[in-house]
Amino acid sequence: MDYFLQQLINGVTLGSIYGLIAIGYTMVYGIIGMINFAHGDIFMVGSFVALILIVALGITAATPVLLLILALALVLVVAMALTAVWGWTVERIAYRPLRGSFRLAPLITAIGASIALQNFVQVSQGAKNKPLQPLFSGSFQLTDGGADGSGFIVNLSYIQILIVVTTVILMGGFTYLINNTNLGRSQRACEQDRKMASLLGVNVDRTISLTFVMGASLASVAGLMFLLYYGVVDFYIGFLAGVKAFTAAVLGGIGSLPGAMLGGLLIGLIETFWSGYFSVEYKDVAAFSILAIVLIFMPEGLLGQPEVEKV
Amino acid sequence: MSTWDNNPVLKVEHLTMRFGGLTAINDLSFNIGRGDITALIGPNGAGKTTVFNCITGFYKPTEGRLVMNRSNGEKHLLERMADFKITADAKVARTFQNIRLFGGMTILENLMVAQHNPLMVASNWTVGGLLGLGGYKKSNVDAIETAKYWLERIDLIDRADAPAADLSYGDQRRLEIARAMCTGPELLCLDEPAAGLNPKESLELNNLLQYIRKEHDTSVVLIEHDMSVVMEISDHVVVLDYGVKISDGTPEFVKNDPHVIAAYLGVEDDEVDQVEEEVGIV
Amino acid sequence: MQARQKDSLLVASVKDSLGAAVITFALACVMVGLRVDVASGRGAELFLEHRWLAVAVAVLIVFAGRLAMNIFFWKREDPPSLNLSGLMPKGGLGANSSNIIKYGLLGLAVVLPFVLMFWLGARGSRQYIDLAILVLTYVMLGWGLNIVVGLAGLLDLGYVAFYAVGAYSYALLAHYFGFSFWLCLPLAGILAAFWGIILGFPVLRLRGDYLAIVTLAFGEIIRVVLLNWYQFTGGPDGLSGIPRPSFFGLEFSRGEGGFASFFGLDYSSIHRIIFLYYLIFAMALFTNFVTMRLRRMPIGRAWEALREDEIACRALGINTTNTKLTAFALGAMFAGFAGSFFATRQGFISPESFTFLESAIILAIVVLGGLGSQIGVVIAAIVMIGGFEFFREFEEYRMLVFGMIMVVIMVWKPRGLISSRTPSVALSKNAKGISADLVQEGHG
Ligand SMILES: Nc1ncnc2c1ncn2[C@@H]1O[C@H](COP(=O)(O)OP(=O)(O)OP(=O)(O)O)[C@@H](O)[C@H]1O
Ligand SMILES: [Mg+2]
Repeated sequence: MDYFLQQLINGVTLGSIYGLIAIGYTMVYGIIGMINFAHGDIFMVGSFVALILIVALGITAATPVLLLILALALVLVVAMALTAVWGWTVERIAYRPLRGSFRLAPLITAIGASIALQNFVQVSQGAKNKPLQPLFSGSFQLTDGGADGSGFIVNLSYIQILIVVTTVILMGGFTYLINNTNLGRSQRACEQDRKMASLLGVNVDRTISLTFVMGASLASVAGLMFLLYYGVVDFYIGFLAGVKAFTAAVLGGIGSLPGAMLGGLLIGLIETFWSGYFSVEYKDVAAFSILAIVLIFMPEGLLGQPEVEKV
Repeated sequence: MSTWDNNPVLKVEHLTMRFGGLTAINDLSFNIGRGDITALIGPNGAGKTTVFNCITGFYKPTEGRLVMNRSNGEKHLLERMADFKITADAKVARTFQNIRLFGGMTILENLMVAQHNPLMVASNWTVGGLLGLGGYKKSNVDAIETAKYWLERIDLIDRADAPAADLSYGDQRRLEIARAMCTGPELLCLDEPAAGLNPKESLELNNLLQYIRKEHDTSVVLIEHDMSVVMEISDHVVVLDYGVKISDGTPEFVKNDPHVIAAYLGVEDDEVDQVEEEVGIV
Repeated sequence: MQARQKDSLLVASVKDSLGAAVITFALACVMVGLRVDVASGRGAELFLEHRWLAVAVAVLIVFAGRLAMNIFFWKREDPPSLNLSGLMPKGGLGANSSNIIKYGLLGLAVVLPFVLMFWLGARGSRQYIDLAILVLTYVMLGWGLNIVVGLAGLLDLGYVAFYAVGAYSYALLAHYFGFSFWLCLPLAGILAAFWGIILGFPVLRLRGDYLAIVTLAFGEIIRVVLLNWYQFTGGPDGLSGIPRPSFFGLEFSRGEGGFASFFGLDYSSIHRIIFLYYLIFAMALFTNFVTMRLRRMPIGRAWEALREDEIACRALGINTTNTKLTAFALGAMFAGFAGSFFATRQGFISPESFTFLESAIILAIVVLGGLGSQIGVVIAAIVMIGGFEFFREFEEYRMLVFGMIMVVIMVWKPRGLISSRTPSVALSKNAKGISADLVQEGHG
């Protein structure tokens, strides 16, 4: 039971990270109907930006707690801004010229952009792993391991709390943004019918750019969280995280924000439980199999809208 | 007892189709007579296309039976068959309300694709054809001849090698009919074949349909909004409104049926009597 | 008036270029200007290296380049952004010139090893023949995938899985049963086709992007299994000592009974390379031959019809599931053939050769070449793989450039290099190609 609880905590943490990335996939798919293959690499760039900022600001575990939190908030904001520029640039160079062109072209440019981003980071930052000393090491012990101390100790670390809380706040904020602002309305209008939206005076290009900007900045948050949680990044983390986050988006029902979050959580949980109870090696197989099974039996995902084939 | 009840090629029995809460067709029964041109009419959203989709297997009916009586005596229960089997085995072919041609393929290729099944058999499911065995070559030549025959019928023989997407709207409509005919159907379902045609094209279409009925063992059922077309070529008219049959009979009969007039003029049911009086029937 | 307009153009250009420079700065300031590295000796501490000069250079280049483009090239008040497609000539190669290219390339491929040998000698030509073998392998893979993506319009992102199945089939069959290459070659193809059917059956009713992502997932699953099933596949260490192919039973070895002594030649390792070259050449030609023949048969036409409109296909009595499955299985089979060739050429295989990147490259070759165009695949393979290898000196930057080239070519020609479709059957002798703008790209 205690072991189960620990896995649950770990799974929710991992799921939050996937969920944040998945939102970027879901929003872009919703609005222009393409898989933004480079999104996983934007996440990776985001975590590198965060890492560099942390080192540049000289943040270490020794920094006083209050200052540490403030500095991390600063890192978060700057990383979101800079990563957003990356997301914007990719859209501008690789996708916008192909708007309205045939479907496979942007898929190929997305793969090209993904390869380019990965290798750009490899060239500019080196291929080696970048380990970061843990900044918060404390944790709450939820169980004491029994009277004789032989039981399992369940830990809820500060960093896990930080990740989940930040995710919940950001999710709330973005949901509000999409549901209640002009931008959100334009976005939904473009999702429904891009041509009509533009005829009605919605600036389609700008709306799409903003979608990428939002997706990229959320991915950079995920990047920071990933960095703080695992304490190591390299230029290759984007691929796997990206595929899993996309899986999450599809699982939750592509185009749906709550769906992306739910899908992220589920993928995170499945992965940790699979690793915890069966085998670590095959955890990716578990996640991918779930994807295949969901798509085959429930192609609209958990919270998506079923698509009717009208003849 | 009308002729279409004596020897129906297709019997629609208690057909019901629901989409969630919406009942698109409600307990609909009618017969399509062999050798007839039957028209299915009704206001927009009456469920006409849905009937076609049920007949051709694109939708599985919620309830009801669809019995296809082929001229060789075989009976097929269409509601139980997969869509492609309905064309392949039950010999029902169709066209679509919004034209579905293979736009990037030539006109000839469109007609060749329609002869897929016999050609597959002739090529021993590709194996024989690949190795150059058997009668595939001859079947292929025959298939091209069939295509040419239809191209002459629809006056497109000169454009056989042009992409289908390049054709004008009227030509595309006729090509879609020819393509359906290339599957060798006994029942041909046409969804608004005259929509968007100019008077000349409309006339050509009439001739084509008459020709198909006369020269081929094919019954035709068509959805049509233009009453003049309906009156001119059909032997039997079925009228739908809100998924319910409101009239069924000869064009002459239907034309004077007060229910039809009411439905087309948009009158409530209980006002029908009043309309009848005004129109001077009763 | 003239002067004022000139002025405002200049101002607009400068503004636009400044914008680009600012963006470049934002992109580069952290990711280029600072490099985080692990200090050796001081534990695993991280430290930063500064490269502000590089940032300044990048910003300047972008500013100057964009300004020059704005003023001399675009000459417009509102300069378009990277809109290469507008600047480049429209339309693909015509059927005629593509015919010339076709036979030219074929002739070149036939004589290539001897030309190279004559020109560079046995030692000097080896690296180029090796490269040609690599290009031909990708041509074959591209042609195989072209059946699935180009003809049937099914987007497959896990194609490399079948390549892996072929390679591992040969390696394992040879390892456990001692089967020869010539026996394993068809077996590998059949096994790969079998896997294609198994994987294809459940997923082929999915549409476009979903199909893509599920095939990607299957590709990764197969790779992860190869990586972790240590006892059977050797895990990350891979399988080595895979037998080399023989020339109708003659080994390419030194001494009695070898290929060289049988034909009275001096032993040279180049013999095997040349043999491998002609082997893959023949295999690729076979792929092309089968595909071209199938295109003119009902099954091939049904594939293309499926790409155009699946619903219409069903209304014409075509069993779409079976039709898709045959395309999937056939594509997989050719990948399986290519895989067993890869295994015998390398003598060593490991899961590392079968990553998603490989699938992406093959797909890129098909799409860049022009969907459904056989000659397009050849040109794209030469450009991508050949070009890639020629940049070997710039090892570090190679993949970076590769990715960027993929983007640039696609933006330049979204329909691929050869964008016209030849009808599979025609009444008149000189039927024209169909412009790609009319051809659909499939939904499933
Ligand atoms: N796949 C579907 N899912 C949900 N509702 C559907 C579906 N197909 C049809 N309907 C509904 O069924 C009703 C009948 O539609 P149908 O297309 O059959 O009308 P129709 O008589 O062909 O009209 P029109 O003359 O405009 O072509 C409509 O209300 C339509 O919205
Ligand atoms: Mg209709």
